[in-house]
Amino acid sequence: MIKIVSAEFDPFAEAQSHQKKSALTGKYGATSLFIGTMRDFNQGDKVQGMTLEHYPGMTEKQLAMVVADAEEKWSLLDSLVIHRVGDVFTDDVLVLVVIWSVHRGDAFDASRYIMEQLKSKVPFWKKEILTDDQHRWVVKNTDGYL
Amino acid sequence: MSIKVRYFASLKESLGRDSDNLEFEQTISVAEVWARAVPAKEMPVNILAAVNMQYVGLDQQVADEDEVAFFPPVTGG
Repeated sequence: MIKIVSAEFDPFAEAQSHQKKSALTGKYGATSLFIGTMRDFNQGDKVQGMTLEHYPGMTEKQLAMVVADAEEKWSLLDSLVIHRVGDVFTDDVLVLVVIWSVHRGDAFDASRYIMEQLKSKVPFWKKEILTDDQHRWVVKNTDGYL
Repeated sequence: MSIKVRYFASLKESLGRDSDNLEFEQTISVAEVWARAVPAKEMPVNILAAVNMQYVGLDQQVADEDEVAFFPPVTGG
């Protein structure tokens, strides 16, 4: 399942609720849960908030393609991806990726793949609000493998 | 033919608008769409383009009623 949300959410409650609704009982041996959170610093500056813009429609399409790619590459039982848009603040959850699989390798690898693909292909853009109220677009995501 | 052109994020801000509607007689490429919609500004080198919400190259031809989008590199997650 893919969700784009504009309000704060509890990633653990979302994962638990999705798991209860899925027909996973007795089948899954691994659950990986990745949570991306907003820091209060970036590129040497203090950041007090951000606005996350996206391209409604294309965002969901691209995310669905990324998840479908992951399902082709690894053996997955289920997945949940939630991404925040709109105004966000320090410690807010920006993204949640949960993967359920029979074995841990598939869950770990698919989770990493989905995050890296999301960061390079899915049309979201961050505009930071610095502590002096200056606004600044994030120009490029950092390489997740550095 | 008639298409909608959309702009996002810093590009939208620098252009001061989020969309344009273009009318033209013959099929044109995505690069030509930019040239007609934004004649005063050279296309940024790192720009990404999509037609009907799928990534495309700048030489992709557009068809009637397509939605063409231009935006900077994505920074989600």
